[in-house]
Amino acid sequence: MSTDPNPHGASLSIQDVAVEFDGHMALRDVTFEVDAGTLMGVVGPNGAGKSTLFNAIAGLLPVRRGKVTLHRVDQKSGELAYVPQQESVNWRFPVTATDVVMMGRCCRQGWFRRPGKKDRELVNACLGRVGLWDHRAALMTELSGGQRQRVFVARALAQEASVLLLDEAFSGVDVGAQEDLVEVLQTLRDEGRIVLLATHDLTNLAGRFDQVLCLNRHVCACGPPDQVFTSEVMEKLYGAHGVRLTMDGAGSKTT
Amino acid sequence: MRRAFLAGAVVAVAAPVVGTFVIVRGLAFLGDAVAHTQLAGAAVALVAGASSVLITLGAAVAAVLTALGVVGLTRSAQVREDTAIGMLFAGFFAFGVLLVSRQRNFAVDLNNLLVGNILGVADQDLIVMGALAAVVLAAIWLFYAELRYVAYDPEMAAASGVPVTLVQIGLLVLISLGAVVAFRLVGVILTLAMLVAPAAAAALLFRTLPRIMFGGVAAGLAAIVIGLYASFHANVAAGPAIVLAAVALFGLAFLVSPRGLLRRRVVPFHQ
Repeated sequence: MSTDPNPHGASLSIQDVAVEFDGHMALRDVTFEVDAGTLMGVVGPNGAGKSTLFNAIAGLLPVRRGKVTLHRVDQKSGELAYVPQQESVNWRFPVTATDVVMMGRCCRQGWFRRPGKKDRELVNACLGRVGLWDHRAALMTELSGGQRQRVFVARALAQEASVLLLDEAFSGVDVGAQEDLVEVLQTLRDEGRIVLLATHDLTNLAGRFDQVLCLNRHVCACGPPDQVFTSEVMEKLYGAHGVRLTMDGAGSKTT
Repeated sequence: MRRAFLAGAVVAVAAPVVGTFVIVRGLAFLGDAVAHTQLAGAAVALVAGASSVLITLGAAVAAVLTALGVVGLTRSAQVREDTAIGMLFAGFFAFGVLLVSRQRNFAVDLNNLLVGNILGVADQDLIVMGALAAVVLAAIWLFYAELRYVAYDPEMAAASGVPVTLVQIGLLVLISLGAVVAFRLVGVILTLAMLVAPAAAAALLFRTLPRIMFGGVAAGLAAIVIGLYASFHANVAAGPAIVLAAVALFGLAFLVSPRGLLRRRVVPFHQ
């Protein structure tokens, strides 16, 4: 984990948070802290409240009890970037990779302003950082799942966000592309950003995260992957099936 | 005839630009509803003996009320959006026909409102249409980034601080005003065609939003010219002739587009 002087300086503190979604309590007693420069995996079965947690952090869902504190980050200022599950995206929409990354400049430009030279340079740099410079003119529909996720990460970078929330960022992304994505996220972590990535499965990559939050409507465990992935926690997460999941030294899951 | 071309040009520029958002957001049903419910506002003005300009403004009020009503019903009463649109569509339209039916020259008035009367467009109508078109185009130019972001992914836009609800309501109001611009030309029944057909034709040929908008304007202008000449020489109603020309251009685009009927066998699917 990086100990570099941190230009972003954000930290995230979730204290005793309860969130209601669709008429029932989707999350309760959730408490954890994330320091600047942390890459955290949020793991749990479907319906565990991962998206609800992200929505609450992003300020899109009201918190019923407890407190979400983002130090030095204003939810409305664009310093927090949220990449929701891809169902919310209008995939038939005719936009190129560059267009999507430029959307990240939307809230930075302010009303009535058009993208200027500086915005375009930043967008180009962000596309380069995620390794998609060659695909900058491609339509989003022409990109693979992993490439699309990297476009969204570039959009978050263009937004100059200090906190990135990526929901189900691995769905529809093959293993090699997952590695590429995590590598990009690690460099962002090294710059002092907070990156939270939710997934229901961290099969091969758990060891590459600094922290893992195991969520199943409440926090089952939170800490470094090798300490967190115990058979006891797995059972809390996935029920009886979880007992069959044991961890090797690298923190990856084997069945 | 000169006024007819000018009125046509105003519609051909404004309708496809706002229509591009109609097709990429899948809002054709809403577009058709606001187009039809204009009849209620126009009918109120007509029955009250108001001027032609006030008839257009009445239509604008009814269309915008429909758009806001759809938002209100969907959000407050938990009615599905298409159900809300259907209810307001039917209610306003029936009310409009009912009002016009009390008029003495019922058939002429209703016909003008339903299928348009491009040759009856007066100078002051042209000014109102031009002003409405300017408002629509200026709003889309100013808020283009927000409109596109929200249309692409409302959740992401909300999380990055874009006022999503305001932008969504704004788009519906712009679609309503776009429908009002077109209504004098082709009437409430065929207004949807001007919103959708030129933009849809361009969407088959071009890959990005600005190009679809410009392509739609070109297709719209071509449809106006073809339709008006056909109407003049073949002595048929201008509104339907323009709409048929626009739909024919869509058909042509479908044939020659990269994934169209004529090229489907030689072009790999992923292109």
